[in-house]
Amino acid sequence: MSPTAKPSASRAPAGIATWRVEPGAAAVELADVTFGYDSRTVLKGITMTIPRGKIVAIMGGSGCGKTTILRLIGGQLRPRSGTIRVGGLSVPDLDADALYDLRRKYGMLFQFGALFTDMSVFENIAFPMREHTELPEELIRDLVLMKLQAVGLRGAAHLMPAELSGGMARRVALARAIALDPMLVMYDEPFAGLDPISLGVVGQLIRRLNDALSITSVLVTHDVYESLKIVDYLYFVSEGRIVAAGTPEEVRASSDPFVRQFVDGEPDGPVPFHYPAPSYRDELFADVG
Amino acid sequence: MNRSTIDLWVGIFVAIGFGAILFLALKVGNLLTLDRSPGYRLEASFENIGGLKLRAAVKAAGVVVGRVERVRLDPKTYEAIVTMRMDNEYQFSKDTIAAINTSGLLGEVYIGLDAGGDTQMLKDGDRVTKTQSAVVIEKLISQFLFDKASESPGGKDQAAPGAPPAPAPAKAAQGAKK
Amino acid sequence: MSAETATGGIAYWLRRLGGGVTGGIANLGYASRFLLAILWYTPAAFRRIQLTLREIYFAGVLSLVIILMSGLFVGMVLSLQGYESLKRYGADEQLGILVALALVRELGPVIAGLLFASRAGSAITAEIGLMKTTEQLAAMEMMAVNPVARVVAPRFWGGVISMPLLAALFSALGIFGAYLVGVRLIGIDAGAFWGQMHAGVDFWPDVTNGIIKSIVFGIAISLIAVFEGFGAKPTAEGVASATTRTVVMSSLAILALDFVMTVFMFRGATGV
Repeated sequence: MSPTAKPSASRAPAGIATWRVEPGAAAVELADVTFGYDSRTVLKGITMTIPRGKIVAIMGGSGCGKTTILRLIGGQLRPRSGTIRVGGLSVPDLDADALYDLRRKYGMLFQFGALFTDMSVFENIAFPMREHTELPEELIRDLVLMKLQAVGLRGAAHLMPAELSGGMARRVALARAIALDPMLVMYDEPFAGLDPISLGVVGQLIRRLNDALSITSVLVTHDVYESLKIVDYLYFVSEGRIVAAGTPEEVRASSDPFVRQFVDGEPDGPVPFHYPAPSYRDELFADVG
Repeated sequence: MNRSTIDLWVGIFVAIGFGAILFLALKVGNLLTLDRSPGYRLEASFENIGGLKLRAAVKAAGVVVGRVERVRLDPKTYEAIVTMRMDNEYQFSKDTIAAINTSGLLGEVYIGLDAGGDTQMLKDGDRVTKTQSAVVIEKLISQFLFDKASESPGGKDQAAPGAPPAPAPAKAAQGAKK
Repeated sequence: MSAETATGGIAYWLRRLGGGVTGGIANLGYASRFLLAILWYTPAAFRRIQLTLREIYFAGVLSLVIILMSGLFVGMVLSLQGYESLKRYGADEQLGILVALALVRELGPVIAGLLFASRAGSAITAEIGLMKTTEQLAAMEMMAVNPVARVVAPRFWGGVISMPLLAALFSALGIFGAYLVGVRLIGIDAGAFWGQMHAGVDFWPDVTNGIIKSIVFGIAISLIAVFEGFGAKPTAEGVASATTRTVVMSSLAILALDFVMTVFMFRGATGV
């Protein structure tokens, strides 16, 4: 089955289009979003709903447009068509000031952390506080220590990013993402390149922080194992379209070929093993008379 | 690198930077020695100003009393007209002689003023009537060779080939003393 | 080569030339808009004066060693070479003014500019390019902090402020080096050395034009450095080629601007 075909009848479009939410409860809504660069269309008709207070994962292979979705939500990119609403506001239509206010309510965890290398851990986390609030230094100090405590790195406050291990850097970036108690946190490949212990730590932190601070989380990842442990809902994206969606239980039990290939890690399936090429036989015998 | 260290070093850097600029302005350049005092202008015309440049010194008895402000050619007489900016402190008599001198063989060219005895003083805009033009080395040499040639009849010391026969003006020959 | 491939080849190269020219002009347009953006966010950058001070440290203070040493050596060499030539005409007492004018008018701003471009300019480009590659700039944007105000403008002004100071220091050290060689080593009269210099070097136009030149160079180098860094491709080789481009473009810009400014500034300075 080609990856762009609609999933089987049991995975009805209803499962993908909406997730039975009451009006007003959705933190993020994308409706039929299309996006691309000049010739290439990266996203084709993406529709997804992310209710408040839940963790939603967007999964797919590399280069399928997952990070683009995050950038669209963040207002860094404008869609060709479709609507993107965050907390009811249409993101592409916001002016600079409104976008500025909106971003103050976001937290974002970049792949590999994106910590500011010329500042210490403490200063990295204090950065959004100093930029956006007029809080006195003593209060900022306490807040930073609290955030570090939440991720278990209070003792590393004075270290520089270059002195941190990958897992520690990721946790510091997480603390920075929640520095201003945002309403929406976006995670770009939070599990990439981590050792098993750090994987577990980061996963647990995402879940616990989400529940403790009542934030909404969007996870872009291809780590199926960790995601299934912590998220409330998953969307599968392939070649710019949503091909499957469901709760972790539904996904584990799914018979959809794409989901199965992804979850089981099969090399070949709806996402082909071979890069498109002319016939093997023809190419091998090309020189022969 | 903490803040106070950075501040200290930036402060040092800016301080020595400005120090260098001051050094260039005062010790190397002549910022404070420039004539800031108001002055009056005098004009003088010369047949040949030689290497006289703008802002060249005007000296009397070796003391700088003014600067050359402007040099132009008189379209009628084809002489050079030099405008000098004089220090208000010093007045010169109407029969002052302005001569173009060189300090050293290849030194800077300046205007030397020789004050006369007239009771009337030059005022702003007046013209110095008595002038001595610059010594032009080539004319001096040709004059010397011409004199030498005319000394011995029969041409034992021949006139240098290509030397212009016209004698240098009397003024220039007299102005050859340094 | 057949006629078609010949014209095809020519058309190809013409297209590349045209593309290069239009690309170059487009780049110039981007650079101007970038400069305007920097100027727009300058007040924000100066409100956090610590940021700019830090950049003055990294661009200026850390360039001191190379500037001072180079200035000293250039002055000493100028003195040696100049003396040899002047001695032939008995004008060795003019050494001071020769060296001073050469340094203050030309060599100070230009050589200091070239050194600054290769040391500080490349560092700025590499730093900004690396921040772009590791998504630090994107992170700032997502935190609603304008990266132009926070990262670019301080570095730009750090360069513009440092450059004239460095050029003056270069000239000053050069003259000192010339003094060491001319007076102490060779034996020219110190009084003549300083006296001739003093009389011949005018604050206006010599020293001031030198300062103006160094400010213009500072603006050019800093703008090119931050522009290339900000627009670098977020890969290792993208940053590397941006850094090289900064040095090359800055050097060319310095030499071209120097020529243009010299024509305007020192026209008629030698007399009628």
